[in-house]
Amino acid sequence: MSLLQDLRATSLLKLLKAREITAEEITAAVLGKISEVDKQINAYITVTGEQALAQARQADRALARGGDIPPLAGVPMGIKDNICTAGVKTTCGSLMLAGYTPHYSATAVERLGQAGAVMAGKTNLDEFGLGNTNKTSYFGATRNPLDPARMPGGSSGGSAAAVAAGEASFALGTDAGGSIRQPASYCGVVGLKPTFGLVSGYGVIDFAPSLDTVGPLTLDVQDCALVLQAMAGRDPLHPMTEGAVAPDYSSFLGRDIRGLKIGLVREYFGPEIAPGVKSRVLAAAEKLDQLGTIVEETSLPHAAYAAAAYLVISTAEAFSNLSNFDGVRFGHRTGGQDLHNMYRRTRFEAFGPDLRQKLIFGALVLGAGHYEEYFVQAQKIRTLIKRELKESLRRYDLLLTPATPDPAPALANDDSLAMRNQDMCLLPANLAGLPAITLPCGSLDNLPVGLQFMAAPYAEGLLLQVACALEQQLARPWA
Amino acid sequence: MKEWEAVIGLEIHVELATASKLFCGCSTAFGAEANTQVCPVCLGLPGHRPILNRGAIEYAIKASLALNCDITPQTTFDRKNYFYADLPKGFQISQFFYPTGTNGYIDVEVGDRVRRIGIRQIHVEEDTGKLVHLGDIASSPYSLVDFNRAGVPLIEIVTQPDIRTAGEARLFLQKLRSIIEYTGVSDCKMEEGSMRCDANISVRPPGSATFGTKTELKNMNSFRAVQRATEYEIERQIDVLSHGEAVIPQTRHWDEAKGITVAMRAKYLATDYRCFPDPNIIPMDNDPGWVESIRQSLPELPDARIRRMVEEHGLPGYDAETITSSRDLADFYEATVNLYNEPKVVSNWIMGEVSRCLNAAGKKLAETPLTPRRLAGLLQLIAKGTISGKIAKGVFEDMFASGQDPEAIVQEKGLVQIADTGELGSLVTNVLAANPKSVADFKAGKEKALGFLVGQIMKETRGKANPQLVNQLIRERIEGM
Repeated sequence: MSLLQDLRATSLLKLLKAREITAEEITAAVLGKISEVDKQINAYITVTGEQALAQARQADRALARGGDIPPLAGVPMGIKDNICTAGVKTTCGSLMLAGYTPHYSATAVERLGQAGAVMAGKTNLDEFGLGNTNKTSYFGATRNPLDPARMPGGSSGGSAAAVAAGEASFALGTDAGGSIRQPASYCGVVGLKPTFGLVSGYGVIDFAPSLDTVGPLTLDVQDCALVLQAMAGRDPLHPMTEGAVAPDYSSFLGRDIRGLKIGLVREYFGPEIAPGVKSRVLAAAEKLDQLGTIVEETSLPHAAYAAAAYLVISTAEAFSNLSNFDGVRFGHRTGGQDLHNMYRRTRFEAFGPDLRQKLIFGALVLGAGHYEEYFVQAQKIRTLIKRELKESLRRYDLLLTPATPDPAPALANDDSLAMRNQDMCLLPANLAGLPAITLPCGSLDNLPVGLQFMAAPYAEGLLLQVACALEQQLARPWA
Repeated sequence: MKEWEAVIGLEIHVELATASKLFCGCSTAFGAEANTQVCPVCLGLPGHRPILNRGAIEYAIKASLALNCDITPQTTFDRKNYFYADLPKGFQISQFFYPTGTNGYIDVEVGDRVRRIGIRQIHVEEDTGKLVHLGDIASSPYSLVDFNRAGVPLIEIVTQPDIRTAGEARLFLQKLRSIIEYTGVSDCKMEEGSMRCDANISVRPPGSATFGTKTELKNMNSFRAVQRATEYEIERQIDVLSHGEAVIPQTRHWDEAKGITVAMRAKYLATDYRCFPDPNIIPMDNDPGWVESIRQSLPELPDARIRRMVEEHGLPGYDAETITSSRDLADFYEATVNLYNEPKVVSNWIMGEVSRCLNAAGKKLAETPLTPRRLAGLLQLIAKGTISGKIAKGVFEDMFASGQDPEAIVQEKGLVQIADTGELGSLVTNVLAANPKSVADFKAGKEKALGFLVGQIMKETRGKANPQLVNQLIRERIEGM
């Protein structure tokens, strides 16, 4: 099975249609890879081997019958463990939900299942998605498959690592503040944060509903289009998707990009960005220029305040959104002398220290006397950033930034301030609800370097179009 | 002896009569088996998403308009964060920043004066679950939670501190209930908890511009309880202050059996609910056209109806008020009058027999076979002289119990009034012969004796004789003797 080197969905589907391989063989290969490397990588919290093989056999039967083949038939995937899967443990990387099995699946998971994808398991994450190292998981840190001494990033670190390590063809992540794009960049895969409201969040145990979206982590841009297509669109169970527009994304791939205007955001090429990262992103900009796009420098003056606004808004929402974890109806419970004592003990014991600190911060910024000073101010910054980006995206089709200031940091790195900086380029897209994609654009000290494109709401097609054109100009590890 | 003035403000929770909950499709029906009307949304399961029930907002706007409120241009929801076992999400979705209705009022007739009680705001929120205990909360070894009620839409109506007496509080509540019931947005059953009232009470020297220290009263489950509890609490506070002591700001529980209020918990530390806009709920514009169409859909409200009944039907004010206090009754009245145009007669019957039978049976009109057509039919039988008013009462009771038409009951039981002078004539002959003393008394000028003789005929005919006719026959016969 080690013959299976290219796990891209498009490649697998070609082999399946040509009857050169069965879905069962693909799944077995991926499960084999997981048992071979995951002890070290720790990308998965739960591996659903039996279920995956059964799903794969079902896909094989469908393939044997012929007729219409579902778009992701037999393609193995990892699902971030804060996305509900009926009958399969969904832990959020926390002791709080270590034994929790939801009875329903998230819409995104349902739709991928209908598209024929096979779930290999549930991927590791920072506890409840609040973090960008994958070190705060109750189930232990995930390692970067490209260098096990380094972190994969987070919070969708398990998803990024699984895809990079060949433990899945693609994976789902969630992104409230760079949580898909930052680990995708550290692990050298493609990460897409869709427009807020394009992909249903029903069944996603998110911490910041106004910021969070589900999105794919894939091996290339074509796969990204394929997976997004399977998930995107309105869902009556999640009203935020009411305005969702999902065109045929694959039709954008290979389209001419000449004449498109790309803004290079000046604020994201400053001293915080490692020179090696800067030079690789600028080299990519040069390639885009050669491809006939018009690349210009532009400015987002309020971008500098994004991190502060994000910190306040995300922790405030998390403080409230995680209040249903009280030990009463589900999840972990620590007994106490009375109700409030039980709450305190349960939440103290079952939430990790990093998460607790963030929840306390969130409670603080919403508290009497601080609400106006912090929460309201943060919302004002958010409005300014939204306006600024909207204005900018009237002048440019896309905005280009580095994905992260540095390649994947060492696992032992405990500098939390420096880590917070790693999301600086990614936060504005969350605050403004815009789609953004990251893709590898080179390497530095044998570690991948990523860049990011942002676009106007529902312009995923354009993002994929340009990302695909650029990708073809860059060295590809599987080529 | 120092004089005191009470200052009362009420907070009334009213359950909206939508078929489904505020943020999910679960039924709101009362009385189902515990935890059978629940789903991931109203149980606060991980990954749930609220879906706003537009119908509940329509109801809230309707109630707000009926209570003369201004309507907020946009419906938004906020989270009120606190932990309790009946609160599945750890926060309650409510309207903290922008209530649906503000700045309204109700005019209440207190004696012969009209008092305008201001309504500060009306906001929409979700109800909590219900805690169930073995015996009482203090001695029960456990608490069970029924989440059927969790997520049921409520409006909370907050008055200005404009109420001055316990009696006013009760009149206000009755008027409020009547108006809400008219709009059809709630059934306002205090006994089923679809209407709940808390009272904030303080006392101060009359004319004082500042408020005294207030207490909050809970657990009042009827209008009477609100009045009694408020009365008690006012007296208690005056007593405390008269002894030179201070009123402690606290929440107090009304003990219906003992007729006293008991301290529940201290209020000096205001709870910080850390309210902020709910990130899961998209603000919804209250389009002016929509609000206007809701206004157009409002039925005639009690005040206007009373005025019309007095002016157009010529009913006494008391009748009009009594009948309009319940929309069912007033609708029934009007439908009956449409079929039998004698407003005062219909009103007498509704305030008399109809109300008496309803009270005795403990039923609402809709739960009985009584219809305006049947009542009008009965009244027509009286008017035509087919039956007497007295017989009619019996027919009414039959009708109320069996649902038969009055004509059928009269036929079946042979209750048609005897108006045949020949038949009655022979009865008169017999009765006069059997009661010579009464005949003599009447001749001697004792009018009362006539009554006795008529009564004898009525007895003989078991009430079926036409009393006017009998009266006339006896007079003629005796005068002709």
